[in-house]
Amino acid sequence: MRQRPSFWYAAPAFAFFALFAALPMVLVVLLSFTSWDGLGTPQPNGVDNWARLADDGQAYDAVGRTVILMVVSWLVQTPISLLIGVWAAGRQRSRAVLSSIFFLPLLLSTAAIALLWKAMFDPNFGVTQSFGGPLGDIQFLGDPSIVLYTVAFVITWQYVPFHTLLYQGAARAIPRNLYEAATIDGAGRLRQFVHITLPQLRYTIITSSILMIVGSLTTFDTVLILTDGGGPGTASRIAPLHMYITGFSGFEMGYASTMAVLLVIVGTALSLLVMRVTGYRSMTSQQEGA
Amino acid sequence: MKRNVPAGASALVWLVLVVGPLYFMVAASLRSRADYLSSSPLKPPDHPTLDNYRTVLTGGFGGYLLNNVIVTVATVAIVVLLGVPAAYAIVRSPSKLVQRGFTLLLAGLAIPAQATIIPVYLLITRLNLYDSLTAIILPTAAFALPVATLVLTNSLRDVPKELYEAQTIDGAGAFGVLRYLVLPLAKPAIVTVVVYTALNAWNGFLFPLVLTQSDSTRVLTLGLWNFQGQFGTNVPALLAAVTLSVLPIFVVYLIGRRYLLSGLTAGFGK
Repeated sequence: MRQRPSFWYAAPAFAFFALFAALPMVLVVLLSFTSWDGLGTPQPNGVDNWARLADDGQAYDAVGRTVILMVVSWLVQTPISLLIGVWAAGRQRSRAVLSSIFFLPLLLSTAAIALLWKAMFDPNFGVTQSFGGPLGDIQFLGDPSIVLYTVAFVITWQYVPFHTLLYQGAARAIPRNLYEAATIDGAGRLRQFVHITLPQLRYTIITSSILMIVGSLTTFDTVLILTDGGGPGTASRIAPLHMYITGFSGFEMGYASTMAVLLVIVGTALSLLVMRVTGYRSMTSQQEGA
Repeated sequence: MKRNVPAGASALVWLVLVVGPLYFMVAASLRSRADYLSSSPLKPPDHPTLDNYRTVLTGGFGGYLLNNVIVTVATVAIVVLLGVPAAYAIVRSPSKLVQRGFTLLLAGLAIPAQATIIPVYLLITRLNLYDSLTAIILPTAAFALPVATLVLTNSLRDVPKELYEAQTIDGAGAFGVLRYLVLPLAKPAIVTVVVYTALNAWNGFLFPLVLTQSDSTRVLTLGLWNFQGQFGTNVPALLAAVTLSVLPIFVVYLIGRRYLLSGLTAGFGK
């Protein structure tokens, strides 16, 4: 009788993953060199799609909107989740109760959240209307210059709880004696935060930031539902939505695949950049030594 | 301990931001349409009514809910049935192939499902699975496998070698070890994987949107979107549907809060 598991224990999982996740990844690259309407057979067309993408103003605009959304959501979400996460790491009972309420948006599906906020922002009967005054005059979903920030707000509402959980867990793992030593040295709350909490949370800040970047690049259903498909006009048509519309409404699956490959390249590059700039590798070894 | 005023203040603001919309959702779902259009959305309804819930429940909600349950249960079953033996082999198998496969699986953590939606559509149509619940289940499970296997592997790595060896000396074969040692020890990790996978499958949107079409294969998220078109400006009915869609998972949350929280952050913590 065999005493250790053979390759065959893992083979079904690998095969399943290879067929429905890894193979599509390879196929999307191949499809980016074809023209395909979604029904017939994909026809190879060389680098046509890539040449087209190089001077497609609409695609550039869509990527630009994605970058705005990414930067704004990162800038808003990171300080809020960091602050609340560190605060909630305290052991008081009131904080435990509060943080379980903070966590509630995670229970709602993206579709539910988008529909809820769409009703809240309704220009005629929404909640923002009932406050009246200057707030009532703002067209949160109807003004092309505002809509992307509204989307960023809804994304923040949905995901801050998750990132707060990450920071809460990490903040609890910081050794208490670091703070005790600092207090004896006379360091105030702010200095303790800057010199102990922030450095100790660096690893979590990177993890959380990478998740936010990849998340922004793949945001799709929020915008589709909240803005009725990227409206008003194309003011909120971000890159993944542009890809979806090109492929499944415009029946240009080949060209849409090219955009998909571009998204993967940008996402991977950004994640690697974050790790490089912040010295991810040196930090992991520091953690092990601690 | 000294008070942390800025963080406490932002926590309070956040509390209002979370509770406010949820209150609005439930309050509006209990209003008649006329009441919703005429009175302030933040006041409690004067004459609460369950009519909206009746409208939603007779509008196909039950079917969408059932589809969602089927998709979620099947996805979780596939991920656990394939993931547990795989994690066991990754930790204990002498085979080099297993380690290479694991590396490939980990690379999958970085693949955004959105980017592969077109080839997945191609595969599913070529397999003649288009517009079936199976079409949703297969890719959803495949994209959940990397995280699941990672969580399971990490938990089995923490088991001391001696435990495995002791079992083997007692005469257990590879399968016996899986059955009587790995399964009980991996229980917390399996719960985490179940929660994480179930939430993802439950809330899935893109795969159902692209891979199904007819009303009989519609899942809850798409059903909500569909209600939006169906009810037009009947916002209270729409919000009743949204509230109903949250209820099942809220019940699960009340029962297994601890597992849900550990499940949500699994694989991302330190």
